[in-house]
Amino acid sequence: MNDIAWIDAAFASARPQALGALLRYFRDLDTAEEAFQEACLRALKTWPQKGPPRDPAAWLIFVGRNAALDGVRRGRKHEPLPPDEVLSDLEDAETDLAERLDGAEYRDDILRLLFICCHPDLPATQQIALALRIVSGLSVRQIARAFLVGESAMEQRITRAKAKVANAGVPFETPGAPERAARLAAVAAMIYLVFNEGYSAANSEEAPLRAPLCDEAIRLARLLLRLFPAEPEIMGLTALMLLQHSRMAARFDAEGGIVLLEDQDRSLWNQGMIAEGLALIDKAVRHRSPGPYQVQAAIAALHARAARPQDTDWAQIDMLYATLERLQPSPVVTLNRAVAVSKLHGPQAALEMIEPLAPRLSGYFYFFGVRGALLQQLGRFAEAREAFNQAIALANTAAEAAHIRMHLDRLQQDGTAEAG
Amino acid sequence: MLYAVLCYHNEAVTEAWSKAEDDAVMARLAAVQEPLARQGKMGPVARLLPTTAATTLRSGAGEPVVIDGPFAETKEQLLGFYTFDCASLDEVLDIVRDLARANPGGSYEIRPIRIFKPGTAGS
Repeated sequence: MNDIAWIDAAFASARPQALGALLRYFRDLDTAEEAFQEACLRALKTWPQKGPPRDPAAWLIFVGRNAALDGVRRGRKHEPLPPDEVLSDLEDAETDLAERLDGAEYRDDILRLLFICCHPDLPATQQIALALRIVSGLSVRQIARAFLVGESAMEQRITRAKAKVANAGVPFETPGAPERAARLAAVAAMIYLVFNEGYSAANSEEAPLRAPLCDEAIRLARLLLRLFPAEPEIMGLTALMLLQHSRMAARFDAEGGIVLLEDQDRSLWNQGMIAEGLALIDKAVRHRSPGPYQVQAAIAALHARAARPQDTDWAQIDMLYATLERLQPSPVVTLNRAVAVSKLHGPQAALEMIEPLAPRLSGYFYFFGVRGALLQQLGRFAEAREAFNQAIALANTAAEAAHIRMHLDRLQQDGTAEAG
Repeated sequence: MLYAVLCYHNEAVTEAWSKAEDDAVMARLAAVQEPLARQGKMGPVARLLPTTAATTLRSGAGEPVVIDGPFAETKEQLLGFYTFDCASLDEVLDIVRDLARANPGGSYEIRPIRIFKPGTAGS
C-alpha cells in the first residue's frame, strides 16, 4: 500500500472520532470540519516521513484543536503559528490525550456526530447526503455523482441541511439513557438508508458510484457496534446488511438482469460476510429481545444457510415474518410473508393472503410481480398477464421491467403449451 | 519449538481499506506463507472476524459471566488459545464454560474465524 492509500484509510477510520471530539470542543460543525481539515493537511506533511502515529484519531484531534485555537488567536493578536516540527512531535501529548479521553466520551461524540444527520425535518436523501459528507467524509463531488445531480446543487442541498441541523441545536451535554437509546435508533435507521441507497441501485447505471455506499454503511454499523457492543438491534442491523450484501455478486446476470434468490449461483455469495452475519445473529439471539432488524437478519440468515434453494426452511421464515408483522405491521411485510406461504401451502393460500393488500399496494411494483407469479402458478394466465403488465408500468428500473417481461414470455409459452 | 505469532492492528483502519487494498495485502501475505507451508514450517493460520463478532466469558467467584464484545482488560496476559469446530455460539460457550470451571479465574475471548488454514507443521 502506498503512502496515500494508508493515510486515506487512517483519515477515514479516525474521522468520526476526531470530528466528533472537535465538534464537542467548538460546538460548531463548520469550525470542527475546518479544524479536522487543517489537521489532515498537517498529517499529510508529517506522516509520510515519520510513519503513522500510534493513535491517528488522538493526533488529529490534538493538532486540529490547536490549529483552530491558533486561528482564533491569530485573528485577535497576529500571533505567529508554532513551527510544524513542534506540532508534529506529539508522542507524549498524544499518549496523554488518548488516556484522558476515555471510551465513554468518544462514544457520545461519535453518536452525536451521526445523530445530527438524522434530523426528522430532513428528508431521507438529505440525511444520507449529510452523513456521507460529515461522517464518511466523501467529497460533495462524489456524493453529487452518486445522486446524479450537479455538484453545485448538491453543495446547496448539504449547506441547507447543515443550516437546519445547526438551528435544531442538538444538545452537547452527555445524553441520558433514554435519549441515548432514541439517538441510537435514529442513527440505525439512517445507516440502513445509506445501505439501501447502495443496494437498490446495484444494477442501474449509477451502480459503480453507489455500491460503495453498502460497504460504507456496514463500516458505520460496525463502528456503532464497537461503541455499543451489547445492543442486539445494532447486531441485527449489521448482520442484516452483511447478509444482504453477501449476495451482491449473484444478484444480477452479465447483462444486468435481475437473478431471483432461488436462481442465484450460491457459490458467488461472499462467505466471509455470511459468517460474520451469522455470528452476529447468534450473539443477538442470546439477548432474547427481538427487534425488526434482528428478525429480518434471521430471515436473511435462513436463506444464507440453505446450500440449495430447496433446502430453505420456509416454515421458519414464515414464523419469522409473522413475528415481524407483529413488531412492525406493514403490507409489504405481509407480501413478503406470502412468498414463504406459497412455498409451504401453495399459491392459492398465498393469493388469499395478498388480495386484501391490493388497495394499499396498488402503486407497488413488487405486489403485482408476486401476484402475477402466483396467478401463473395457478394456471390463471389471463389474470397473470394483467398483473405482470401492471408491474411493468410500475417498474422503477429497466432491469425490473425486463425481469417481468421474461415472466410474460414464459407465460406465453405456458399458455401456448396448454392450448396445444 | 513451535511459536505462536499473534497479529494486531487497528481494525477501524483495516475496515477502511478498499476491497482491492485488502486483497493486495492478503496476496502479499500468501506469498510469504507459501514457501513456509511447503517446508512444513507453518502451523494453523486464522484470520478472525472483527471484534464486533466477539463474545467474552469472564470467570469469577460464581458462574462465568458472558459479555458482548472483545476482551478489554489490560491487566491480564494472553496465555494460550484453542480452536473448536461448533455449530453455534451456544455450543462453543458450553465448552468454554467447562474450561472456565476447570481453571479458576481469567477470561476467554471467543472469536469466530473467517479464514482457517490447518497448516503443515508437525505433520
